[in-house]
Amino acid sequence: MTTQTVAAPERAGERPPGRGGGRPKQNREAIFLFLPALLPVLLLSVYPLVRGIALGFTDARAGLNVDTNFIGFGNFGKLLHNDLFWDSFRIGLIWTVSVTVLQFVAALGLALLLNTDIKFRGVARTLALIPWAMPPVVVAIMWRLLLHPTNGPVNEILQGLHLTDQPINFLGDFSTALPAVIVVGIWVGMPMTTVTLLAGLQSIDRSLYEAAAVDGAGAWSQFRHVTLPQLRTVIVAITSLDMIWNFNSFGLVYVLTAGGPGGKTMLPMLFAYNEAFRYGNFGMAAAMGDVMVVIIIVFLAFYLRNRLRSQA
Amino acid sequence: MRTRPVTRAAQYVAVLCYLVFLATPLVWLLSSSLKSPQEFASMDPSFLPQQLDFSNFSDALEEQGLVRSMLNSLQISVATTVLVLIVSLPVAYALARFRSRLRPVTNGWILISQVFPVILIVIPLFMILRPLQLTNTIPGVVIVYMVWSMPFALWMLQGYVAAVPRELEEAASVDGASRLRTIVSIVMPLLRPGLIATAMFTFISAWNEFFFALVLLQDPQLKTLPLVLARFVGAEGQVQFGPLAAASVLATVPSLIFFAFLQRRLVSGLLSGAVKG
Repeated sequence: MTTQTVAAPERAGERPPGRGGGRPKQNREAIFLFLPALLPVLLLSVYPLVRGIALGFTDARAGLNVDTNFIGFGNFGKLLHNDLFWDSFRIGLIWTVSVTVLQFVAALGLALLLNTDIKFRGVARTLALIPWAMPPVVVAIMWRLLLHPTNGPVNEILQGLHLTDQPINFLGDFSTALPAVIVVGIWVGMPMTTVTLLAGLQSIDRSLYEAAAVDGAGAWSQFRHVTLPQLRTVIVAITSLDMIWNFNSFGLVYVLTAGGPGGKTMLPMLFAYNEAFRYGNFGMAAAMGDVMVVIIIVFLAFYLRNRLRSQA
Repeated sequence: MRTRPVTRAAQYVAVLCYLVFLATPLVWLLSSSLKSPQEFASMDPSFLPQQLDFSNFSDALEEQGLVRSMLNSLQISVATTVLVLIVSLPVAYALARFRSRLRPVTNGWILISQVFPVILIVIPLFMILRPLQLTNTIPGVVIVYMVWSMPFALWMLQGYVAAVPRELEEAASVDGASRLRTIVSIVMPLLRPGLIATAMFTFISAWNEFFFALVLLQDPQLKTLPLVLARFVGAEGQVQFGPLAAASVLATVPSLIFFAFLQRRLVSGLLSGAVKG
């Protein structure tokens, strides 16, 4: 672990407990304290998750009280032959990678900047968390109003600057919808990533830079040989989690475009939601969820490997 | 460190761009909520309102569905927060203080529950809650929110408990206090800031939540604020921009108020959560 802020609770949590750790009496006491949480968690989190994974292998449907049958990989076969599935998958990857990478690059630059003795640091930091705390639905509404073809200020500014002579329907046009949605995704996520990286930067030992400077390292060299290695854990953690969150995101795009126009912004979660709650294909939606889980496990493996290595 | 004037200027330009990108949408939303209907109708609207007009807020509040949805959201968020704290505190204490076999299992569950696509959970949840007649009810949503926001609350609380010096508890137990007594009279008071932070975080999550509410609540009487707001924009064409902006501002206010108190604390809590899962 490299950073103070990031590491503190973990270090405290991992501290070998005092006398009597692991004794049966402690196990009993712990179970007693766990009890009130256990039933709701098992019933409403663990069981649904297992059941949800299994549901992908059945032909479960909403509404009808017919028996659901185990159909093996049937849903997955259907998905593979469904162009909309491949589209949502492709769109999901474009969205996830673009938002994560672009917001990371911008956030790293900004964090480096805010880590200097520049003014407005406090303002930037306070503002940074507002997008994160706002209800996603409100963020989506705000951007729909901003990007509105006739009443939105973005179009007005573009026209005022004579960059376009016709209003652009950003969220309604086939070619602009996905980029527009990506910009909103960056707006929401970037500030938080910046603050995280800034916390990481501030915990790097100053003397490392002084030593590097004595050795004649310039700014770039210091960045490559001190900053990046020291930030590694934080970078991998925040980007892999951003990837997972972006890949799973729903509310923002649901309100921005509902997957439209013409499915151009149909993220995997929107596709699965439509399958389940619009068409009633529970089994199919769960199968889609299973595919997403496999992808997430890849991201997660990367993150966990990094964490284990940093703890070793 | 000496910085060349050109570099310095470039730095300020970059920070300025960031602030503009970040703040413009927010300022614009707020300014829209304060513009009079006449100003919306004018052909050449300005960025800031010509004069402050609060009629959008009263219009939004006269919208019966909106007020009801606010009360629903408030009820759901408060109930969720109270339940989460009651249920999480003992668990967080056990996680921080005992080395039991439940610890790695719980931490694994915390991580998994943060990253799984909710679509997998929501369909079976729907199927469990329906026979119990809890779909389309406020208690149903509260139970789901409780389980759904517990992992993060646990994560935050666990860190706060670990920060309470163990020696204080040991001293109390030497004095003959029972474990429960120690927790209530020694640990709890010291945990208060942590409990407040966790409560605010849980409240904000429940207040902002959209997906589970969308799936579980169909009755218009029961819909939460995010659902009602989302329906507003769905009705394209007859959207009233002013009241919509006002309602959006109102929906954000609770989060921002909590947030102002929470900011510093939240960053460390969040980061530990973000990095650990």
